[in-house]
Amino acid sequence: MLDALEILFTATFWAAAIRIASPLIFATLGELICERAGVLNLGIEGIMTAGAFAGWFAVWSGADLWTGVLVAALAGAAFGLLHGFLTVPLGLSQHVTGIGITLLASSLTYFTYRVALPKVSSPPKIEAFQPVAIPVLSDIPVLGPALFNQTPLTYLAFVMAGLVGWLLYRTPAGLALRAVGENPAAVEAQGISVTAVRMGAVMAGSALMAIGGAFLTMSAFNSFFFEMVNGRGWIAIALVVFGSWRPGKALLGAILFAAFDAYQLRLQQVAGGLVPYQVFLMMPYILSILALILVARRATYPKALMIPYQKGER
Amino acid sequence: MRVSGRTEAGNPVLRLTGITKQFGALKANDGISLSLGRGEVVALLGENGAGKTTLMNILFGHYVADAGRVEAFGEALPPGDPRAALSAGIGMVHQHFTLAGQMSVLDNIALGTQPLFSLRFDRSGAKAKILKLAGDFGLDVDPDALVQSLSVGERQRVEILKALYRDARILILDEPTAVLTPQETDALFATLKKLVDEGLSVIFISHKLHEVMAVADRVVVLRAGRMAGEVAVADTDRHQLATMMVGQEIAPPDIAPAVPGPALLSLRGVHAAGQGGGPALHGIDLDLRGGEITGLAGVSGNGQAALAALIAGTASPSAGQIVIKDATVTRWSPREALAHGIGRIPEDRHATGMIDDMSVAENVISETYRSARFSRHGFLDWGAARAFAEAIIAAYDVKCPSPDARVRLLSGGNMQKLILGRALDGAPSVILANQPTRGLDVGAVSYVHARLLDARARGAAILLISEDLDEVLALSDRVVVMSKGRLSSPSARGERSLAEIGQLMAGHGFEGTAHAA
Repeated sequence: MLDALEILFTATFWAAAIRIASPLIFATLGELICERAGVLNLGIEGIMTAGAFAGWFAVWSGADLWTGVLVAALAGAAFGLLHGFLTVPLGLSQHVTGIGITLLASSLTYFTYRVALPKVSSPPKIEAFQPVAIPVLSDIPVLGPALFNQTPLTYLAFVMAGLVGWLLYRTPAGLALRAVGENPAAVEAQGISVTAVRMGAVMAGSALMAIGGAFLTMSAFNSFFFEMVNGRGWIAIALVVFGSWRPGKALLGAILFAAFDAYQLRLQQVAGGLVPYQVFLMMPYILSILALILVARRATYPKALMIPYQKGER
Repeated sequence: MRVSGRTEAGNPVLRLTGITKQFGALKANDGISLSLGRGEVVALLGENGAGKTTLMNILFGHYVADAGRVEAFGEALPPGDPRAALSAGIGMVHQHFTLAGQMSVLDNIALGTQPLFSLRFDRSGAKAKILKLAGDFGLDVDPDALVQSLSVGERQRVEILKALYRDARILILDEPTAVLTPQETDALFATLKKLVDEGLSVIFISHKLHEVMAVADRVVVLRAGRMAGEVAVADTDRHQLATMMVGQEIAPPDIAPAVPGPALLSLRGVHAAGQGGGPALHGIDLDLRGGEITGLAGVSGNGQAALAALIAGTASPSAGQIVIKDATVTRWSPREALAHGIGRIPEDRHATGMIDDMSVAENVISETYRSARFSRHGFLDWGAARAFAEAIIAAYDVKCPSPDARVRLLSGGNMQKLILGRALDGAPSVILANQPTRGLDVGAVSYVHARLLDARARGAAILLISEDLDEVLALSDRVVVMSKGRLSSPSARGERSLAEIGQLMAGHGFEGTAHAA
């Protein structure tokens, strides 16, 4: 029992939690931007898959790592453009379109993988991002190795959380984005194009989701596997609600979920003989549902979420 | 109160020429022309559906006209571009406010006024400008308050500030007084006077004659999408305007004195939860007596929805009693309400009155389909349903192709006649008429009024809830006023002055709610 508690005070546990949280942070911020503009993006799971493949494949083909990240972002933005075009100017159901995007993006990714690499039996590896220790800070006991000895993409995830918060609450563009998710008619009446703001938000958000996917192939692992996104997109959608559509709370939610996940992995080693391991696998999800019940009931969601806006409609 | 006396000659600041706009089969605007001078107030007068709002939405770029042109300060405005209208100095205060409720007053006003991709949002500069404008024009409002916490009158001030913040020279107000108490209306008119003194021009859209006479220099009258006339206020009177607006002389309904019977439905100390964002009900006492129309006045959103839901059976009291014909009701639901003989005319025809995509026959039996008249052994009797629909169509003069037509295809007036027929069919003893004439043309309004007066004459107890204070005062034998979930004592026709009713609408003078200071 003591062992189970001691895990919580080890640097390796927290380093793992931060690592597991990184793709979730990107994905959650991406979904948050879309939803703040009033567009639910259920394409997230597929867009992450596409980003995971695109970034990895670019690097495998000879590009450097940061170009790979850019390629992943562009792939995400392209699917965002499709999702945005169908749901914003055409006003189609955001649920149905989003699920369609997930199926399309995943299948297209696997198809491309098979076409590009027809002969390989085990996926080729790339030289992935390596941890970079930040001088002085990484020497702090426990906290240092956990927070300041990570890969550059993890640092980018945390920077992004701050950047998204600053964009939403401190810039005119963020004001327009939030307003378009609250009352698009108010935005139109002020001479701003609702379509442009929503399309821009969906594309930017999708690009972030794709970088979240690319984290898996370019930082957490070093090659691409089928089904490697493994539901992280759906978790991000829950984390947006858990975070009450606020970047800071969403960041904490992602870390909390990742900590549950890292904890159950270690519990399996400590107490694996006593309880079937599937119980531990369930644990982060059960705890997330409980946390969601406690936190999200009071949340004020964007009022125009999932409501298409048609200009000049009587 | 005359807002402006001057009409400057010279170039008009705004000129609309030959505006035409068609929606399906409906010609909403047909060759309308209008000009506005500097420092002038022009009223656009017309019934609901006359095309006023359509015309202004074209001017503001929300709709694109099929024909015609718009010029502001001598320059043609490109059609369908709200940004062009804004930068030409045109500000619009919509009838339905375009504000984001969960955002602050400042955010709503400054939205879109700073370059979209600048790195910083100049909050303090925006705040200073808002406070200065608010001070100059008597538009008192807290810039940091969330819009959803403001009263309707305050929200309207935010809308006006939004236009002024963008240096609007032309202000368009669409039915601005529809949601205001008489006192708030006076404050609005005082603000308009200050604006006109500063050289702004105003288009004031209304269907209320006394307001038009009070506030405008010139009146343009619209009827069924066409121009019915244009006249200076100094050269006309209410009677002439009314005739121009309606196209014929409308005699006010001839109302015989009421012969009130016993109370058919009473509320005793009722408390209930709020509905639709309105306040909860606090200790409501109300008697609805047979042969009498009780009118409920009040600014919308003050608990009318909760009271209506209570009487319609869609909500139950949390405390207090509902008494019907001297018996306290113990179980309460829509079905119980119907069984107790309550006829219901709901507030929103589309949301709760009718199912738009179902047929006329299906809709008219929707309250009674379980009765032996329309179903046998669990199967619907379509013959009886169609016959009933045919009977209502004939008796209430509903213009519709057949009982099988989808209700969506009917006009608002015809839909309301169907609802009236369904509600009044069983000769209900109590009638809840919630906004029974909203959005109807003059003919349909007087038809609905006549049917309600018929029901009164046969002894029904009627509760009339309306946002239109004129309608409440014209029809009601007794008036009660609702404010913040409380109900005033009743007053007989003419017993309270308009100013007293306005005070009550604003929440002053309720018993048991005396405030310190």
